[in-house]
Amino acid sequence: MEKMIDQQKLEETAKQIRRDIIAMLTEAGSGHPGGSLSATEIVTYLYFAEMQVDPQNPSWSDRDRFVLSKGHAAPVLYAALAGRGFFPREELLTIRKINRPLQGHPDMKKVPGVDMSTGSLGQGISAAVGMGLAGKLDKKAYRVFALLGDGEIEEGQVWEAAMAAAHYKLDNLIAFLDHNGLQIDGPVTEVMSPEPIEDKFRAFGWQVERVNGHSFTEIAAAVEAAKRVQDKPALIIADTVKGKGVSFMENQLGWHGNAPSKEQAEKALAELA
Amino acid sequence: MMKMEKMATREGYGKALVKLGAEQQNIVVLDADLAKSTKSYEFCKHYPERFFNMGIAEQNLMGAAAGLAASGKIVFASTFAIFATGRAFEQIRNSIAYPKLNVKIAASHAGLTVGEDGASHQAIVDISIMRSLPNMTVIAPADGVEAEKAVCAAAQYEGPVYLRLGRSAVPVIYGEEHEFTIGKASQLREGHDATIFACGIMVAESLQAAEELAGEGLAVRVINMATIKPLDQEAVLRAARETGAIVTAEEHSVIGGLGSAVAEVLVENAPIPMERVGVRDTFGESGKPQALLEKYGLTAKEIKEAVYRVIERKNK
Ligand SMILES: Cc1ncc(C[n+]2csc(CCOP(=O)(O)OP(=O)(O)O)c2C)c(N)n1
Ligand SMILES: [Mg+2]
Repeated sequence: MEKMIDQQKLEETAKQIRRDIIAMLTEAGSGHPGGSLSATEIVTYLYFAEMQVDPQNPSWSDRDRFVLSKGHAAPVLYAALAGRGFFPREELLTIRKINRPLQGHPDMKKVPGVDMSTGSLGQGISAAVGMGLAGKLDKKAYRVFALLGDGEIEEGQVWEAAMAAAHYKLDNLIAFLDHNGLQIDGPVTEVMSPEPIEDKFRAFGWQVERVNGHSFTEIAAAVEAAKRVQDKPALIIADTVKGKGVSFMENQLGWHGNAPSKEQAEKALAELA
Repeated sequence: MMKMEKMATREGYGKALVKLGAEQQNIVVLDADLAKSTKSYEFCKHYPERFFNMGIAEQNLMGAAAGLAASGKIVFASTFAIFATGRAFEQIRNSIAYPKLNVKIAASHAGLTVGEDGASHQAIVDISIMRSLPNMTVIAPADGVEAEKAVCAAAQYEGPVYLRLGRSAVPVIYGEEHEFTIGKASQLREGHDATIFACGIMVAESLQAAEELAGEGLAVRVINMATIKPLDQEAVLRAARETGAIVTAEEHSVIGGLGSAVAEVLVENAPIPMERVGVRDTFGESGKPQALLEKYGLTAKEIKEAVYRVIERKNK
């Protein structure tokens, strides 16, 4: 049942996406590097090895969906969408600029390939539940993927959605949790601990997998396992490093929502060469 | 014109849903454990596979509605007006209004006439809240017949709609021939001394006020402004021109609702004397609906008094 993946190619793609993230944020002068870099392998895997999407027809009704519930990680999503050809890569550098489509947080009405507008934490997962319900109603085979932050799940709405997803047996819903251990004011376990996350989601009726969120083989295995689950939604807890790939950003609280300077960007890009 | 038959606007909602469900396969209805009260249960009875009870979880109700709409469904999401616009405001703003998704928020038990449940359940600033959102259409039907038609019109319209529905039975004003169009005012009575713009249950009160005023020698125009947003500005400006005095009447706070919407049009285009009948910036309380309307000044009597005041100001 093992899925064949071209790991080397995925790693190169992830590196390119990380370089894009750094370039975008530097050009914009603001934005969220930490949570974009921690989620890079997850998003890369979904868009380059898993999801059935058509860049020529972004609203194709049978496509797999992706909801970036932690919408502040917009740069990683935009970089993946550009990489998949939903819009030209040059557009990336216009992120957060006036009169341009790439908003600070994803806007489904402005950007081809964005399946849901997000940015207010806790809301995306509910939209993903709605998409899952629609898929069941329409007897479609598409899957809905969502990506949550580990701080984000402190929101009550996430648990409303978790309850509903299990209640309606949404086995077409696979959520990732970017378990990077940090939110804005500090470590997640210090600010408001949602642990033990595995137990909580299991108690809510979900299938739970746990992986190294920077390992494509582990992500692939977990997604394959999640796809085999019947009558339950699946959560993949991805243990990650916030700021992954840029030495001075890794595990640093200060890099949640600050853009690198030109010099810092050069250093980061050299590491990502 | 006024038959003495009575029907709650939420009944019109239930009837419309049953009809729409048969005509349109892509209509989906959600509720948050109030289906029997909001009347979305009527739909559930006929099309259980397209009905989802989301439990007592209004934030997820709105979010899931957004996701269904993003997948091509026409979604009606129902709960009480207080919870829809209060508990789930930000979900409506960010997940429905901002992406302009095809969700109809059918909010029942609006206004003071919830009655005995009291202030915690009386939505009296919901029009104000919803009207302030870009992309949102706001409709408060006057009777059960209009509610049914408004629900059908909302289903045909592409985009977010807030439908304000009531719990209590209200007089049936319209016959089946009534044509409801989103954004179009409906004139119920002609007159040149003043105009009353009303919505919801206050339309019937306004008609009664106008009838009594006719007996006292005043000819007052009555217009049902069921669509509060987009407002029929032309109807307001015509009334300003032709009658020179305007009264608004709503089962809602005087802050931010129909009165404010009409006032905005008047001050910018044709400042004339105007009076607002509504809840005077206070919370309600428990009581029988009719008793509450009397205590909080929402009856034909207060409308008449406002008409006399506004005409006096006009003649100064
Ligand atoms: C409802 C809401 N409250 C607050 C914020 C502000 N905010 C943006 S990111 C963030 C921290 C998120 O932490 P986490 O979910 O762990 O994300 P990650 O570490 O993956 O960046 C907060 C509080 C928001 N966007 N939405
Ligand atoms: Mg985190």
